[in-house]
Amino acid sequence: MTEITLPDKDVVVLERKNFQGLLDALSDSGYELLGPIVRDSAIVYERIHAVDELPVGWVDVCEPGKYRLVKEKKKTLFGCTIGSQSWRRFLHPPTSKLWEATRDGNGFKVIQPEPDQVKRALIGVRSCDLAALAIHDKILSQGQYIDHSYQERRRNLFVVAVNCVRPGGTCFCASMKTGPKATSGFDLALTEMYVSNRHYFIVEPGSKAGKKLVDKLPVRQPKESEIKAAQKELNKAASGMTRTIDSEHIGKLLNEKFDDPHWEAIAERCLACGNCTMVCPTCFCTNVEDSTDLTGQHAQRQRWWDSCFTVDYSYIHGGSIRTSVTSRYRQWMMHKLVYWQEQFGMSGCVGCGRCITWCPVGIDITEEARQLTVKE
Amino acid sequence: MAAVKKPKLAVWKFASCDGCQLSLLDCEDELLAIAKEITIANFPEASRAIVKGPYDISLVEGSITTPHDAERIHKIRRMSKCLVTIGACATAGGIQALRNFADVNDFVSIVYANPAYIETLNKSTPIADHVFVDFELRGCPINKYQLVEFISATLNGRKPNIGTHSVCMECKMKGNVCVMVSSGIPCLGPVTQMGCGALCPSYNRGCFGCFGPMESPNTKSLAAWFERLQVPSDDIVRMFRGFNAYAEPFRKESEAHEK
Repeated sequence: MTEITLPDKDVVVLERKNFQGLLDALSDSGYELLGPIVRDSAIVYERIHAVDELPVGWVDVCEPGKYRLVKEKKKTLFGCTIGSQSWRRFLHPPTSKLWEATRDGNGFKVIQPEPDQVKRALIGVRSCDLAALAIHDKILSQGQYIDHSYQERRRNLFVVAVNCVRPGGTCFCASMKTGPKATSGFDLALTEMYVSNRHYFIVEPGSKAGKKLVDKLPVRQPKESEIKAAQKELNKAASGMTRTIDSEHIGKLLNEKFDDPHWEAIAERCLACGNCTMVCPTCFCTNVEDSTDLTGQHAQRQRWWDSCFTVDYSYIHGGSIRTSVTSRYRQWMMHKLVYWQEQFGMSGCVGCGRCITWCPVGIDITEEARQLTVKE
Repeated sequence: MAAVKKPKLAVWKFASCDGCQLSLLDCEDELLAIAKEITIANFPEASRAIVKGPYDISLVEGSITTPHDAERIHKIRRMSKCLVTIGACATAGGIQALRNFADVNDFVSIVYANPAYIETLNKSTPIADHVFVDFELRGCPINKYQLVEFISATLNGRKPNIGTHSVCMECKMKGNVCVMVSSGIPCLGPVTQMGCGALCPSYNRGCFGCFGPMESPNTKSLAAWFERLQVPSDDIVRMFRGFNAYAEPFRKESEAHEK
């Protein structure tokens, strides 16, 4: 594994006591702040205003199908790894109205929804989720088919990344080469340090907007020892992950296992409930539905998150083509790890581990991939 | 639209609590619009004025529990162009289908002072066991938005946008935290059909399965996970034996855990 290092210039130190200043500077620049908070025994991303709304002192314990929050003595702000759901709901909302129409004489008049021009600042994005954001950028805003509402929201985004100094229990970003340190796609990247009762952040600007913001903050130059300590923590996090996927070879290996009996064994446990696709930061499938009101004078087209685990998802003329759960699970995993590569030239999995934690029956994609490819 | 004759709607009751048909009255904001577009021709809960059949849409509430009802449903089918069952009783037999797991005569002798007057069937069965059903609205009670959606779709000649996938998808889209994963609360959401807006998990309760089995329910795997959460077998039986106890996937799962 390559050694993780911090860049030697532009990096500054922000003391914990000045962290609110960072939030205020963003608010003053017109950003709506979204960050991790504790709600219903888990970390969720919601609107925040003040530093004490963050999950101060909380740590998440993740296992397949199990998630618990534990309070620690250390009053870290970002001791928890990732939220129970990804950030994608802010850029690619679960439901959205594409247009509506009203009858007008013999025809109808189409009304376009107002573009969403809210400036949002995401606070505490982990490198796995940054990788997911880059995937959506490529697919939804740079490819042949542009999702204009995504593009609009994305344009107004400010990203404050947080490097992971503690891997979550189901994380495997190191093997997917997406973390634990943020390398691109952020405006600012923080490394939270809590050593011998000193609490501070190493701040790395990643864009012009990020640098401009840092100029407004009471920061100082880091000591060499502080940089070294942060690098040590990051390397420790990278080597501390217990789960892995052989991201270099998995595509080829899995592709040969299309007819493997192990898919059936997975389907015996899989509930086809769609939770994995709902929490996945890279899933972007939607269904489009037209509806009318009772009078037939108004109609609207609505888009909502779909999942390859529903029967309706594969409905074509004559019926659904993936009626068995075996075929649906296989489609999901093969798309993430094999077809995505062919389709978009990258992996569809970023190793965040949410699908493992939030599967109601704890199906572990890394374990299933291992079973499928390692055994003979 | 004005030149077209308004479609006639009838509401029928079998063994049930009336909650589902009251969902129609509960439509409040949409009720006037509904009454403008359709003739409510037969709905004793709302009006004594009854317009004779045949009817374009019949909403049927309740399950079949008596020999008389078993005949009556055929008459209703004959005078209905489109017959829609509403609620867990009509679609799965309801809570009263708990009798299907025991001897009904044992209940009759305990409940009624003069059991001789009681004429009842051994089992409480869904409407679809007796006549052809055009569409099902699930739930205990049904969701009024699904009811309005069904009526709007029918009036405008389109397919109703009513999914058959899991409650989990609604739950996650709403932004809820999974109660089972985060707190170990057993939840039927993964095997239950959407439609309620993930009501119970939104209040930190596990799903009770009011909307019955989803399109491909893997109750066996979920029940095995309940066992890992140390839910006793008796409780697993009770969880699957709610309002949709007699829906086949739930019935089989509850029977598998019965001692």
